[in-house]
Amino acid sequence: MTETVHHRPHRLDEALALLAERPLTVLAGGTDHFPARVGPRPPEGVLDISALTALRGVREEPEAYVLGARTTWTDVIEADLPPWFDALKQAAREVGGVQIQNRGTLAGNLCNASPAADGTPCLLAADAEVELASRAGTRRLALADFLTGYRATARRPDELLTAIRLPKPANPARSRFVKLGARRYLVISIAMVAATLEGAADGSVAAARIAVGACSATAQRLPALEAALIGRPCAPGLGALVEPAHLAALSPIGDVRASAAYRVHAARVLTARALETLAGGAPRAASGPTASGPTASGRAA
Amino acid sequence: MTDALDADRETANGLEDLRFTVNGAARRVSVPPGKRLSRVLREDLGLPGTKVGCDAGDCGACTILLDGRQACACLVPAAQADGAEIRTVEGLAQDGALDRLQEAFLKHGAAQCGICTPGMLMAATDLLARCDRPTADEAMDALGGVLCRCTGYQKIVEAVLDAAGNGPAPPADADGTAAVGARLARLDGAAKLDGSEPYGADVWPADCLHLRVVRSPYAHATFTIGALDEVYARWPGLHRILTAADIPGQNGFGIYPTIKDQPVLADGRTLYRGDAVCALIGDAATIDALTDAELPIEWTEEPAVLDVHAALDPASPPLHPRLEEHNVLIRGRVRAGEAETALADSAHRAEGRFQTAFVEHAYIEPEAGYAVRVGDRVHVYACTQAPYMDLEEVANVLGFEQERVRIVPTACGGGFGGKLDVSLQPILAVAAWLTDRPVRCVYDRPDSMRSSTKRHPARIDAALGADEAGRLTALRLHADFDTGAYASWGPTVAGRVPVHATGPYRVPQVLATSAAIHTNAPPSGAFRGFGVPQGAIAVESLMDDLAERLEADPLELRLRNALRAGDRTATGQVIEHSVGMAACLEAVRPAWTDWRAEAEAANRAAEAEGSPTRRGVGVGCMWYGCGNTSMSNPSHMRVAVDRRGRITLYNGAVDIGQGTYTIMPQICAETLGVPVSEIRQVTGDTDATPDAGKTSASRQTFVSGRAVKEAAEALLAEIRRRANAGPDAAIRFEDGAILAIEDGVEKRIALADLPEGADGAVLEGFGRFDPPTTGLDADGQGVPYATYGFAAQIAEVEVDVELGTVTPIRLLAAHDVGRAVNPTLVEGQIHGGVAQGLGLALMEEYIPGRTENLHDYLIPTFGDMPTIECILIEDPEPEGPYGAKGIGEPALVPTAPAILGAIRHATGAVIREVPALPHRVLAAIEAARAGGR
Repeated sequence: MTETVHHRPHRLDEALALLAERPLTVLAGGTDHFPARVGPRPPEGVLDISALTALRGVREEPEAYVLGARTTWTDVIEADLPPWFDALKQAAREVGGVQIQNRGTLAGNLCNASPAADGTPCLLAADAEVELASRAGTRRLALADFLTGYRATARRPDELLTAIRLPKPANPARSRFVKLGARRYLVISIAMVAATLEGAADGSVAAARIAVGACSATAQRLPALEAALIGRPCAPGLGALVEPAHLAALSPIGDVRASAAYRVHAARVLTARALETLAGGAPRAASGPTASGPTASGRAA
Repeated sequence: MTDALDADRETANGLEDLRFTVNGAARRVSVPPGKRLSRVLREDLGLPGTKVGCDAGDCGACTILLDGRQACACLVPAAQADGAEIRTVEGLAQDGALDRLQEAFLKHGAAQCGICTPGMLMAATDLLARCDRPTADEAMDALGGVLCRCTGYQKIVEAVLDAAGNGPAPPADADGTAAVGARLARLDGAAKLDGSEPYGADVWPADCLHLRVVRSPYAHATFTIGALDEVYARWPGLHRILTAADIPGQNGFGIYPTIKDQPVLADGRTLYRGDAVCALIGDAATIDALTDAELPIEWTEEPAVLDVHAALDPASPPLHPRLEEHNVLIRGRVRAGEAETALADSAHRAEGRFQTAFVEHAYIEPEAGYAVRVGDRVHVYACTQAPYMDLEEVANVLGFEQERVRIVPTACGGGFGGKLDVSLQPILAVAAWLTDRPVRCVYDRPDSMRSSTKRHPARIDAALGADEAGRLTALRLHADFDTGAYASWGPTVAGRVPVHATGPYRVPQVLATSAAIHTNAPPSGAFRGFGVPQGAIAVESLMDDLAERLEADPLELRLRNALRAGDRTATGQVIEHSVGMAACLEAVRPAWTDWRAEAEAANRAAEAEGSPTRRGVGVGCMWYGCGNTSMSNPSHMRVAVDRRGRITLYNGAVDIGQGTYTIMPQICAETLGVPVSEIRQVTGDTDATPDAGKTSASRQTFVSGRAVKEAAEALLAEIRRRANAGPDAAIRFEDGAILAIEDGVEKRIALADLPEGADGAVLEGFGRFDPPTTGLDADGQGVPYATYGFAAQIAEVEVDVELGTVTPIRLLAAHDVGRAVNPTLVEGQIHGGVAQGLGLALMEEYIPGRTENLHDYLIPTFGDMPTIECILIEDPEPEGPYGAKGIGEPALVPTAPAILGAIRHATGAVIREVPALPHRVLAAIEAARAGGR
């Protein structure tokens, strides 16, 4: 190939036909695509899905909410969604600046598969699935199975991620996202945690889903902790139940942002705080670069 | 392969016809559909107001409105703009009148260098369209995606709130007629706000060739370049590849006349990752597509020297065989008395080892410019801090007499010391000369970060003693600086740091030494403070140690030891005037007392509640010599009057955002007794403006400002001489005439009758000022500087003791500036210096190969800044113009020490390695809890 080819079909079947022909780089909002192409670049084939208007937006189904593949962070922030989406909304407000939130898509965030992808822990904590379409048909995959490793996914070259499905929780649920970085805005996480708690009628925890990002090749759920929380009163003190053993699944690296040991420690602190906040305990986090992002009010409507 | 579905929109050569609306006008372009919209706007639509700082969505400089929402134009493929409505900075002003946001930015001093300003304005426009009366938090959230390296953000927030009617107007002048002392809006402000200011990448000849420098991917390597015929054959748009053999003159540059050790293009051996290897010249499409992998370069990686410890090991490879001492570029030394004996005899001693990192300037404008061959001369248009030094370097590399080179500085989108060294100027000049075509080069962000100079990492061992009464007795300090692969400003840093080692304190016995040591790292050069900020981190920390030992208040200990007029410094200089250190400390003392008490009360409450948040307040002091260290650094200025009576200041003091294009006219107007609006200006062009030296060392207001005053006085003297009037005659400028009025008698000089000289001048005055200094002897004794700035800053931070995160809350900065020529601009320097000092303290660490972009390399954002209040102390400097001295670097020096002191006050944690990243702070907190250090 000697020239860059930029396809921008208007219909999904056209897009899938192109993907069936040969591998193409899928481009949606461009917020990961262009940063990876600074400086001289060799030619490549690009599938720009921005004209697939049907893939944009949040849709409610009887059993689930469905986010089309072109749904942006801003779309999520501005959508009227139940409280268990709060973690995702909080994450959306901390992805880059408003410029990035306006253009970047949640699906792109998943396909780029960075260990520090802000959306991933939230979607894991929502038990999300992805829909992958190809000419051969459509399949659904649990998000945890979709993310296969560092910047690697189960998407075949002929497939397009078309939607993210978040099943409705069985019980009333709330969620919380906390992100730790070395500065306030535009920061790649040192560690982050998303937690969803479902409440039983008696005020105890009916189900818990907790995921930690930036502390492993892909974000990880904490099943041992989730199990330990079930049946516990959803009340102040919940955060104190987090034990080091609950974070055994994490395998962070030390890098320019933090040491590996610090990441595990921070993940534990953030997890405890997320749970404590959800359980109605006193908010304990300092303001500033850690654990509390831009204010919700900042996205003045 | 063609996409049949879009075939009707595609033309034969891979271009696509796109239609959209820009600033209300329908536009149509035929461009590659994947081309970044930022480039379409700039290159295809002639709208360079949208700036490019990173091409990665990290800096936000290219923020535009796309269908009414802010977007980074660098992340939008052109095809996605088809049918869209686009607004850029060029669309804000209507009929030449700035809109309310632009006006507010101008009045508040919210634009300094101006490179981020279009992005800021567009993000703010988006906010104001959605929210009538935003709060400061809402403004910061909306603008948080745009980085600024100059302002510290505070004046930007104030301007946005003022424009929205939800914040106060800026302070006004008490005396509306004054020139010096006035809060004048910057004279070059409007062009920075409406997008018309041309920066290095904003102007290029239509027929120019494009150039890209190919760089070493290894810290240390040898290489050979194979036959290039195949490359030329594959790339018909490739005009020429330049290698070391093509350099007509000396293939080397460097700050010091005797150390031209950095090759324009390396000759077979590279000494750092980023060293220039060859230059590709061709049409834009070719240069954009031709990657390094296409070139026949055979690399052999060599063992690299990666830190000063390894470099000093005699077994390590020698980087520069010419050096007498293995890998040591230079050593510096100041000795007064017998420090070692005095330390041993001191009642109290504090000592420690301190470590700082490489820090990147991170100006938002990457290096850019073009060169043209004009007859037997070469003209270079590029962003720079030092046009005359560029001229000397370029002439030397071309092998030309200096008269054959002209340097025209473009607007400079931030420098901070990083644009003192030449970057692309020599290679552009060579390319233009050899091809006889205009040649343009724009560094991308990784290119800029890889190749440019950095702040020197320092490893400092220091011991400070005090007697029972808390009087400092002695200091021993040694600083090893990693000066990287080439000399650059290494000698300056090694020389300046020992002189400043004591901080602004009386220390009778001193042994302060330094070494600049070569490694296979980027060249360390000049960065706001020339090593003094690193030294201050060490000595101010030891002051806090001593305060603890003495059970003294840290501020009172500093005040007790503060230099005062008449004191002798470690170099033996008796400083007689403008020593405002004590005044600065006294100015912050009331707030210090209150803040410390409030923090301690808050911490008692937090402890009782089980909250992990602790507050603390720290203090940092500094002194800083204005101008070169013990070296001549004259500035020259010219003021001329033409036949119509128009006054022109030929001002070569390059404005890199700090405001010399405003300050110099203010001084000129004050001296001539005319309104500032009467002063026309010709700026920075080596063919038109005399040498005003470089914009560095906090010297422009002090040195060039004094030269302006001298020039204006020379003009007045010439007028009085022509009018045959005495030295006290009042001078009045009128249309076409000048009056000298003496004892009620008016003597009139009719300008139309006078012969015209250069540039139509009929009367002119030249001014020169070189600050009086002396050389330093082997013990560093002498007068290194004519004057010093002084400052005290106090900072309050909040520390999360479970996570080690630090949030600066508020900062009070008292600076002795001699005289504030323009208080708004002085505050701007302080705010920006605080931001960079905060970055140094808390987050900035450049690692070659790891942090070569603005998302891995972190600089402070809107949300990271404390609220800043400034107190300007005016203890006049007799040598300075109207008493003024420098502020650029002094602004930064005390911030990191104040923040580190605040962390210590909050938690007991002593931080001796910066940046104080959360994991380091947490480790220090744990060490303090364990009782260790």
